[in-house]
Amino acid sequence: MCSYIVEKAALVGSAKGRKGWMKIDTANVYFDHPYHSTLDHVLAIDFTNEAEGGRDRVAVELSADSARALIDRILAALASGEAAHAMPGLPAPAVPVAAE
Amino acid sequence: MSFYQGLQAETVPFRGHNGDQGEAYYARPARSGKFPGVVVIHHIPGWCEWTTEVVRKLAHHGYAAISPHLYFREGNPDEAPDDLGARIRAAGGVADAQIMGDVAGAMAYLRAQPNATGKIGVIGFCSGGRHTYLAACTVPGIDAAVDCWGGNVVVDDPKLLNAKRPVAPIDLTEKMTCPLLGIFGNDDANPTADQVNRTEAVLKKLGKNYEFHRYDGAGHAFFNTLRDAYRPEQAIDGWRKVFDFFNRNLAASASSIAAE
Repeated sequence: MCSYIVEKAALVGSAKGRKGWMKIDTANVYFDHPYHSTLDHVLAIDFTNEAEGGRDRVAVELSADSARALIDRILAALASGEAAHAMPGLPAPAVPVAAE
Repeated sequence: MSFYQGLQAETVPFRGHNGDQGEAYYARPARSGKFPGVVVIHHIPGWCEWTTEVVRKLAHHGYAAISPHLYFREGNPDEAPDDLGARIRAAGGVADAQIMGDVAGAMAYLRAQPNATGKIGVIGFCSGGRHTYLAACTVPGIDAAVDCWGGNVVVDDPKLLNAKRPVAPIDLTEKMTCPLLGIFGNDDANPTADQVNRTEAVLKKLGKNYEFHRYDGAGHAFFNTLRDAYRPEQAIDGWRKVFDFFNRNLAASASSIAAE
């Protein structure tokens, strides 16, 4: 059964959609029946700019397993990327540090 | 086959809740004659391609069918229905009262057509099934209603009730005035088999005219040919039940075409 349950995440970033690049400030995240996917349920994310009315969106519909895998890969990319891009004299990136 | 087959299908303007003008998808047999009407209520993701296929299927079987675009107020007619649906979702959804008004408006559109017999059925899928149950209890003039796996007819969590959805449909059952057909998959998580049983118990206790059909090996949305959930054997039998029900209660002139 469809629901209107939505988790909202505030974002700073950009996304490329139907009209090209746009600033985004919100991700509306929900697990529900899809519009396009053939799956029974999907983890859907709509990236929007609600400050500008939220009329345009960049949308994805993901299987539950692939959404979880994506979360893991996002965290991995952040960890390795922030470590690789750390600059001398700047605060250390927020990655776990092994206890001595 | 010796009879002529053909249909016309198009987007038409209609007046919904509060007299607001929106769009609806309307299909009817192309041959001359008078036809019963059916309102098709789409699911929350929006006015999708499968919904339009259902409208055309009903027309093929001898009905004048209409599906109001329940999100027309959210944007322009040329905007994709799924984008409008996403905005509606982000804003917390549409109020039940507004959807009932749009259903009543679609019924008025059907009855105003020169090809109308005046008999009107309503069918809805998923959230549209819930809306169908609500309409059967609150919208006057419905002659037959088909709830296909509508969830949240029974509301176990009071937090699911709010200003837009203030009443559990099951609590309005006493007001139901038309025959109800229910189609459900036993593997569905919403409604569960237990919730379907509880709905049936209330209908039975109140002496309502209803029939429920439950299918093993099927879950939610098992009529939907565009989904992995599609179960052809169960769906063929389910559609046969739908057309048998509509033909009995709406007296379709083309009943002989049904179910094949």
